[in-house]
Amino acid sequence: MSWLDDILGPWRGFLVTFRQMFRPNVTTQYPEQKRVKPERFHGRHVLNRYPDGMEKCIGCELCAGVCPADCIYVRGADNPDDDPVSPGERYGFVYEINMLRCIFCGLCVEACPTEAITMTHLFELSVTDRDDAMFTKADLLVERDGTPNHNAPAGPLIDLDELKLADGWMRATSSAGRAEYEGVVQWSESAGKSQESTVESPQGDSDS
Amino acid sequence: MDGFWLAALKVLIAFALLFNIVLVLVWVERRLVARMQNRIGPNRAGPAGMLQTLADGLKLMFKESIDPRRAQLGIYLAAPVLALIPALLIFLIIPIGAPITIGDTTYDLQVTDLNIAVLYFLAMSSIAVYAIVLAGWSSGSKYPLLGSVRAAAQMISYEAALGLALVPVILYNRTTSLAEIVAAQGGTFFGIFPAWNIVLIPSFIVFLIAGFAETNRAPFDLVEAEQELVGGYHTEYSGFRFALFFLAEYINLFNISALTVVFFLGGWHGPVFGPTFLQYLLPIFWFLLKTAAVIFVFIWARASLPRMRYDQLMEFGWKRLIPLSLVWIMVVMVAVGLRRFGLPWS
Repeated sequence: MSWLDDILGPWRGFLVTFRQMFRPNVTTQYPEQKRVKPERFHGRHVLNRYPDGMEKCIGCELCAGVCPADCIYVRGADNPDDDPVSPGERYGFVYEINMLRCIFCGLCVEACPTEAITMTHLFELSVTDRDDAMFTKADLLVERDGTPNHNAPAGPLIDLDELKLADGWMRATSSAGRAEYEGVVQWSESAGKSQESTVESPQGDSDS
Repeated sequence: MDGFWLAALKVLIAFALLFNIVLVLVWVERRLVARMQNRIGPNRAGPAGMLQTLADGLKLMFKESIDPRRAQLGIYLAAPVLALIPALLIFLIIPIGAPITIGDTTYDLQVTDLNIAVLYFLAMSSIAVYAIVLAGWSSGSKYPLLGSVRAAAQMISYEAALGLALVPVILYNRTTSLAEIVAAQGGTFFGIFPAWNIVLIPSFIVFLIAGFAETNRAPFDLVEAEQELVGGYHTEYSGFRFALFFLAEYINLFNISALTVVFFLGGWHGPVFGPTFLQYLLPIFWFLLKTAAVIFVFIWARASLPRMRYDQLMEFGWKRLIPLSLVWIMVVMVAVGLRRFGLPWS
């Protein structure tokens, strides 16, 4: 009976909303409950070190060049002969990211030839002062043992352990051009991964 | 207590009551709509978020009240107050409980038992239109003006239906005093069904629908259709002045719900038992319970129905509700006449 449907139709919506009242919420109570983030989440950047403590950044400024938001400022300097900072000729002397401009696209990570800059799972980057949003090398670079730094203390929102969760950036197959890695998907080495990953680093020989 | 001080006390209580009701009402609405959308709603401020409205209100008070450059300042400032006053005044005539007898005196649980309360209510709700029209016009901005033009057309159209829906009630109860209308709804039909005016079902439905339009709530919230008009008539208002509009809106919602209960759902009538103090409190409880049920319907509709198109709104008002009311008035007139005078040829 179509006329009956015409009359009842508008009222069916009331049943829908009434039924929904007794269904579970979809809300996540955010600061207390956090969702598990996807493995390749784009969060705050870190600057990595090799397991021996050397900085990976060679000051090539490719990240600054590729950055679409123009938020990275890098200046390289020659490594001191007696106390080299990085295995290469030069190292990142100044490294700053303006987090107010960063769009977390991850192009810097892809551009980096030494996987010095990677992303982590920390995304709660609120600051009360615009100057605090300029992340300097001191904030970005991990310690010699791999412990990440942050410009704010840990709190209800800032879980510094998230800085140890790597973005799990997947490297193109055979990025080093070696035939035996053809078709083998590898995971990048970054803050967390490098400590446990068994994938050998093709960068080792490129630096020498 | 002599008349003046008693009235002053009643007004004070009514005032405090209304403001607390609004605080709870906004919270209840937000929580309920949230539940219907599988969300949680405000739950941080105070127990279960009950203080959220208070927090919002305090925030609005401390915000800057902006004077738009092209506003007609006098009218612009008067409009929020003009919106609030009729809303507060309507509440004065609503009986929220059975009269209480202490010693020799009987106290009505309403501020004043006006003998033309129905007309008073219609007059006050018409005045509320002025506030919206003036607010929109004096803002000196196009969206508020569009909102207020819509408001004028909508509220005048549905005012007619609202008034016509009340005519059968007056005919049936043969009074325009709200206390007497409620009193007339005591007793039962056939000993089982409460003798509420809900038997005037077409009137009830028309009144409820027109009530949606009068309070500018979904599905008749074209006045403040955010998607089309930014905020409607109060787009240019900020801070405490905006809070006054907001307050008036929710007081109106409570008023319309309470009046629906008074006119059609038996007012404070309900099973009364127990000791004396319970006999005084239970009518208030029944009244508030019924009002809450009607408010739930209002909120439920807001969560369920999409906004009507403007021409549909006008057509529905003039071509459906008003003819329906007129036909129904004739039916009730004939029925009441037959009951009173018998068949014309007898």
